[in-house]
Amino acid sequence: MFTGPPIERRRWLQQSLAGLGLGFTLPALDARSADRRGPTRPTSLITLFLAGGPSQLETWDPHPGHRIGGETTAIETRLKGLKIASDYPQTAEIINELSVIRSLVSREGDHQRGVYLVKTGYRPDRTLTHPSLGAILAKERWDKTIEIPQHVSLGGGPRPARGGFLGAQYDAYKIYNPGQELRNITARIKDARQDRRLEGLRVVSQTFSRGRLAATRGTQHQLMVDRALAMMNSDQLKAFQIDDESRSTIDLYGDSRFGRGCLVARKLVEAGVRAIEVTLPGWDTHTNNFEGHREQAATLDPALFALITDLKQYDLLDSTIVLVLGEFGRTPTVNPLDGRDHWPQGFSCLVGGGGLAAGRLLGATDPTGKRRKPDQPVEIADLFATVISRMGVEFGKEVITPIGRPMAYCEGTPIPGLL
Amino acid sequence: MEGCHAAGDSTPQAASLFYSHRCQNGQTSLRQPDRLASSPPTLENVGMKLLRRVIPLLLVVVGLLALVQAIAGRPTGDISTPRRLADRFEAKQTAERLDAWFQDRWTREQITPAAPAHEATVLRRLSLALHGTVPSLEELRQFEADAKKRRLERWTQRLLDDSRFATYFSERLGRALVGAEEGPFLAFRRDRFHAWLSEQLAANRPWDRIVTRLVTAQGLPTGEPATNFITIAQVDEEIDEQVLAGRTIRAFLGQRIDCAQCHDHFFDPRWKQAHFEGLAAFYAPVRFSPLGVDDNLAVQFEVTDHESGTSRVVEPRVPFGSEWLPSEGTPRRRLAQWLTDRRNLRFDRAIVNRVWGQMFGRPFSSPVNDLPDPGDPATAALDLLSEDFRSHNRELKWLIHAIAASRPFRLDSRPHVPHDSQTLELPLEELRRHEEAWAVFPVLRLRPEQVIGAMLQTASIKTIDRHSHLFTRARRFFSEQSFVQDYGDLGDEELSEQTGTIPQALLRMNGQLARELIKPGAFGATTAIARATQGNDRLCLGTCFEVCLGRQPSDDEQEVMGQWLADTRGRRRELAVEDIFWTLFNSPEFSWNH
Repeated sequence: MFTGPPIERRRWLQQSLAGLGLGFTLPALDARSADRRGPTRPTSLITLFLAGGPSQLETWDPHPGHRIGGETTAIETRLKGLKIASDYPQTAEIINELSVIRSLVSREGDHQRGVYLVKTGYRPDRTLTHPSLGAILAKERWDKTIEIPQHVSLGGGPRPARGGFLGAQYDAYKIYNPGQELRNITARIKDARQDRRLEGLRVVSQTFSRGRLAATRGTQHQLMVDRALAMMNSDQLKAFQIDDESRSTIDLYGDSRFGRGCLVARKLVEAGVRAIEVTLPGWDTHTNNFEGHREQAATLDPALFALITDLKQYDLLDSTIVLVLGEFGRTPTVNPLDGRDHWPQGFSCLVGGGGLAAGRLLGATDPTGKRRKPDQPVEIADLFATVISRMGVEFGKEVITPIGRPMAYCEGTPIPGLL
Repeated sequence: MEGCHAAGDSTPQAASLFYSHRCQNGQTSLRQPDRLASSPPTLENVGMKLLRRVIPLLLVVVGLLALVQAIAGRPTGDISTPRRLADRFEAKQTAERLDAWFQDRWTREQITPAAPAHEATVLRRLSLALHGTVPSLEELRQFEADAKKRRLERWTQRLLDDSRFATYFSERLGRALVGAEEGPFLAFRRDRFHAWLSEQLAANRPWDRIVTRLVTAQGLPTGEPATNFITIAQVDEEIDEQVLAGRTIRAFLGQRIDCAQCHDHFFDPRWKQAHFEGLAAFYAPVRFSPLGVDDNLAVQFEVTDHESGTSRVVEPRVPFGSEWLPSEGTPRRRLAQWLTDRRNLRFDRAIVNRVWGQMFGRPFSSPVNDLPDPGDPATAALDLLSEDFRSHNRELKWLIHAIAASRPFRLDSRPHVPHDSQTLELPLEELRRHEEAWAVFPVLRLRPEQVIGAMLQTASIKTIDRHSHLFTRARRFFSEQSFVQDYGDLGDEELSEQTGTIPQALLRMNGQLARELIKPGAFGATTAIARATQGNDRLCLGTCFEVCLGRQPSDDEQEVMGQWLADTRGRRRELAVEDIFWTLFNSPEFSWNH
């Protein structure tokens, strides 16, 4: 009862057919978008998510010499006039490739709600779950030649990006330990047996869907099985491995979970994966803020530097948007435990690549900390609108949620200074 | 056609083969520590060198055995519940009232409900909802053999009496009460908490009494596990009264007012910041020291204004129903009395909605912690059930009986299709309308612990319960933990609806546990079935289907998979059965409730 060529043979067959000039159903290898370089390549997004709320004052918006500045000092960067915290000497060397926004505002000061906002562009809503930015891009810019997940979350961390009302199939594919062996990816039985199992599965699924067709389709059970099978047999899985990378490259990123995650992110972009988030947790410094942020910087600084340098070297930066942000910033005032608390007004992020303007500085916070509102406040939704439209998707596009409610992907407007 | 369910006559040989004696093997292993403990006198004769080597080893063995027993044996107490026949029939009356309400709604909305589901399918739903696993072949056979009237009612009672109910259901309810966060210390305390809660459920303690104990508990987290409702809210050495206020309202009243923590609720004018602060003030005196949880009544709730930096004292205050708030007593006791007051309709609605969600996989009103006000026409069924729940002493077992006996719970998952329809399928929009009116049983993804529970159960044939060997129970415990993590644990959001994902498909297809469970071997179901049905392929396939899906194969299935078994013997036959199990494990029918 074998209905098709065994899975393992499929690739061989496809390639032979391509060799005979019959591979019209498949894009020729050199035409694959993943192999293109420069600005014409479809854009990908890498979000370095700093979970816990990084302090703007200890990263991209230091105010040394002011009461609110604490013990953090600042250094010059490749951008004339721009100073960042001195814990980021390597970032200072590449920051001209990105832009700095110092005036992000959010109205969510709770981790769970804050993460929701900066991952979806919407405030939590009790009636529906919005899709994360990566899920929107994976859905709208789906690449049929990619057999591995097109939305990936690396390094664990709380609340990985979700597909929300677009469906769990757009949930980020989670890899807790990037660069290590992928789990559950090999069938470990002979092709003939795998084939007959799949044939059996087709028949059993058919029985179940009879009279429940709409409900069974809604489950997407078969779709996920098919995608899993395609993934199991894909060469593209190599993008998840780093064993072919030199020791010096791995060291450049930093041999941490986050560093390896950034390296894998670059490789996934190279393979054509649409959206990747790499999470670095540990920024919630209610106590010992300065020491905590120094430790975090030791991980973030080399990884960010290596990522930007590498993307440039591979000619991928023009087609890769890099976004570095957390769910909120931290208070200008230092609390009695030498910590800073949650601060959703006037926090910072880095964004660039993918054809966005580079080297811009947007917004400013009050160095005295008296004025809560920053100059030129930027809403998360505006940042999202910028990224979404730069990736060739209509940011205000309305989609109908499963309960029939029309909902725009994003309610912001693109930031003119970045496009 | 879906295969017929009963088919009792086709498999009696298999039945006799797979009926098992309930052996008490566990006790043999358990006695081991005693034997070891009684050995010291003879040790005098042994050289000191040997002694030094043996004692640490023994300690490790004893420790491990104790650990395995502690894990596998939860709940520790074997509480037997008197069967309350009268209650069951009263629950039936409530179910009838409920059915009338649904019938009325269906007529109004011009919906014809689905046909009744097979009773074996309803048993599968019950078993998944109450034990987190599918019925074993052993149980299915007993169910088929039960020819007396009202067998579903009796089996509901039987499932409720089984200690697996208390253990499983306490885990589910516990999600709302203490969350599912990780951490070794919390995990230990959470375990104690679940053991306590499961004892309450086994004893059918009224829900208001359980809640009162949670809110007012004092003492050490080990001695009085209910205090862990409080200790779980510990943030930086202090008990965070705001965390407790939010959780209290979500878990016990089904309302979400957390947004009002910092400001008046933007979208829901019912909740003000003052409401939240007033509720948090009830928990302000709570402290957690090495002596345990108690109240320092001298402490008042002080709030610092972010804008002005000034502080003010907030008195305990409730957002509504202040006339039910007693004036006497400690703040926590007053809060508990207000929460559980019989006039506080939200209290009963919240638990009724949550239990409904556990039974169907989808709460009556979603999300589970954001209910409309009592009396809202959309949730009139909740009011109706709540009213009877109150008059039945707020016993959860009674509530489960009532829901299990209701018509929506017993409908087929295939919707009714009008006769004049072009196809035999209902279009998606229509299906959604039927689902919303509970006129068809919803096809919903099983939660991870149900998928793994079902896999473990089917791979063993015999019922895995407290009579099972310690090793079996321990394996179930550990396998479940890691599988649930990989499958994607939704934590306290587990009552939200989801589609399947690639990682889940990969885990079912290639995961180590699934592979090991169906691998031919001395103790597995695959080998047992392959050997026992040698020479009867139809019986072999039928048994596999019954074990995994609780039904017989359809003609198509028989034709395709029957061939795998043709002319096989020994190892080849075992591998064919393994392939059948793999296929059934990966089918939507296995991992979706229907």
